[in-house]
Amino acid sequence: MQYVIVGNSAAAIGAVESIRNYDTENPILVISDEPYHTYSRPLISYYLTGLRDEESIMYRPKNFYDRYKVETMLGRRVEAVVTEKKQLKLDNQEIISYNKLLIATGGKPFLPPIEGATGPDIYNFIKLDDAKDLKEVAQPGKSAVVIGGGLIGLKVAEGLLKNEVAVTVVDLAPQLLNSILDAAGAGIVKKCLEKKGMEFHLGTTAKTIQNFGERKIVGLADGKEVVADFVVVAVGVVPNKHLVEDTDIKVNRGIVTDHAMGTSVEGIFAAGDVAENYDVLFGQNRVIPILPNAYEQGQVAGANMAGQKSVYPGGFAKNAIGFFGLSMVTAGITTAPDETFQEYSSQPTEDRYLKVVIKEGKLVGFVRINAVDRSGILTGLLMQQKDVTDLIPQLISEEIGLIDLPQDLRKARLKGDAVQ
Amino acid sequence: MKKIYAQEKYCIGCRLCEVYCSAVHSEYPNDLVKAFNRSKIVPTPRVKVEEDRPLSFAMQCRHCDEPHCLKACITGAMYRDEESGAILNDAERCVGCWTCIVACPYGGIFRDESKSKVVAKCDYCLDQGDPACVKNCPNGALKIEEGGE
Repeated sequence: MQYVIVGNSAAAIGAVESIRNYDTENPILVISDEPYHTYSRPLISYYLTGLRDEESIMYRPKNFYDRYKVETMLGRRVEAVVTEKKQLKLDNQEIISYNKLLIATGGKPFLPPIEGATGPDIYNFIKLDDAKDLKEVAQPGKSAVVIGGGLIGLKVAEGLLKNEVAVTVVDLAPQLLNSILDAAGAGIVKKCLEKKGMEFHLGTTAKTIQNFGERKIVGLADGKEVVADFVVVAVGVVPNKHLVEDTDIKVNRGIVTDHAMGTSVEGIFAAGDVAENYDVLFGQNRVIPILPNAYEQGQVAGANMAGQKSVYPGGFAKNAIGFFGLSMVTAGITTAPDETFQEYSSQPTEDRYLKVVIKEGKLVGFVRINAVDRSGILTGLLMQQKDVTDLIPQLISEEIGLIDLPQDLRKARLKGDAVQ
Repeated sequence: MKKIYAQEKYCIGCRLCEVYCSAVHSEYPNDLVKAFNRSKIVPTPRVKVEEDRPLSFAMQCRHCDEPHCLKACITGAMYRDEESGAILNDAERCVGCWTCIVACPYGGIFRDESKSKVVAKCDYCLDQGDPACVKNCPNGALKIEEGGE
């Protein structure tokens, strides 16, 4: 029995830890095209600002692979999976056989159709190498255009600004953080960043990137032009699924997975940002590219690879993020998509905003800006999908507690392990 | 796995559990007065008394079998202590992103105001014998046991 995991990030680590709960003997091989010990992708923004170095962004201790009896092939790219032979082809022509395979290849940058969007002085921000490259050029006094005002775009923009680089952010959407915030919340973030000197062109898109001597000119759809020393393309991430193209593994936006995190081919599993699974709030299959889901999916996949019957219950987006001390947590659906949803919120101030989105009496999303404390109590209500009609005033107050829950829910939470 | 259980009927909301929790996690674990009067910033208690008279109870980490915080932790700071089974946070590795706070349905993880940007959570006072909140509850409203009420 040989377990092979392609990828070395959260989903892969979740799988390793889970397999070893049930199988301490059979070999596990982790293959990754990155040469590094497992590290936390979200922490590359801390690396960029200098708060963390390469050593301290490691996702697990140095002895992790030894301890879990894992063989690694790091810096090695898997070119293809041959499902009928249960084999992988590596970039050095080596052939690796597997009995159980996990594809945890994560995401890759989405590259929008911008003329001139490759080449020198154009960067992405997904991997440690991206952060290392950027750290080199992010010298005080330089200027940058960041294309993309989502989670990745704004984290890189903040990081650059902290390196005293002048930053202009461009996004097609009229608001920032489109995927995790509503318009009112995004307005608070924008004001905060503007105060720090960040500039924005929203509701327009980059069309062209041209060389201008040593610098770059970014041409926008609205006719404006921005000149900068370098450009970061951070429009988003898409599943890194090249491995399964031309195979019988079913792919939609991501690799399609079932409740066991299995793909359409027996013995092959997928987890993390490359995988598509059920979003319990949207009621449809989606890719939710966030670390907690990746780890949990990896754990479920690992258990099933080791012969257990583990079920992934589906997931939803939840994010904790901050910019210059403005902390926020958001989860689920943050803007009512139609009139079957209701929104309730506090009056947004310069630095505080609380909101819930309700459908048929149940909580389906929330935003809490500078009101992070105990926000998981709301996450629990999202998971449980109980009627919260009577709780709405408490749900948008800063002081949420278990005491606000109906007695049965409160007692269950006090007992623990009530919310799975 | 043992848990600390709150007995709502005996809790009077005196908050001594919070007081002792802060003290035991300060530089002066055995001296209440010094802990509160000499600490630059008194550590955030890792137990929270919730009160809506006449109901009150104290709540801390459930040390779950399937801990949401541990799965959600982006740094690997949150881990299970192998010997005790407790879920602990390594303050050196924690960056204070608060993902565990939004992940924990029990509201059992707090922002630690005494350290810059890390979370504070119940550690069962592992190096102190019985948990300080349990030991110092005057009414026995906190109990540590397997699967209580």
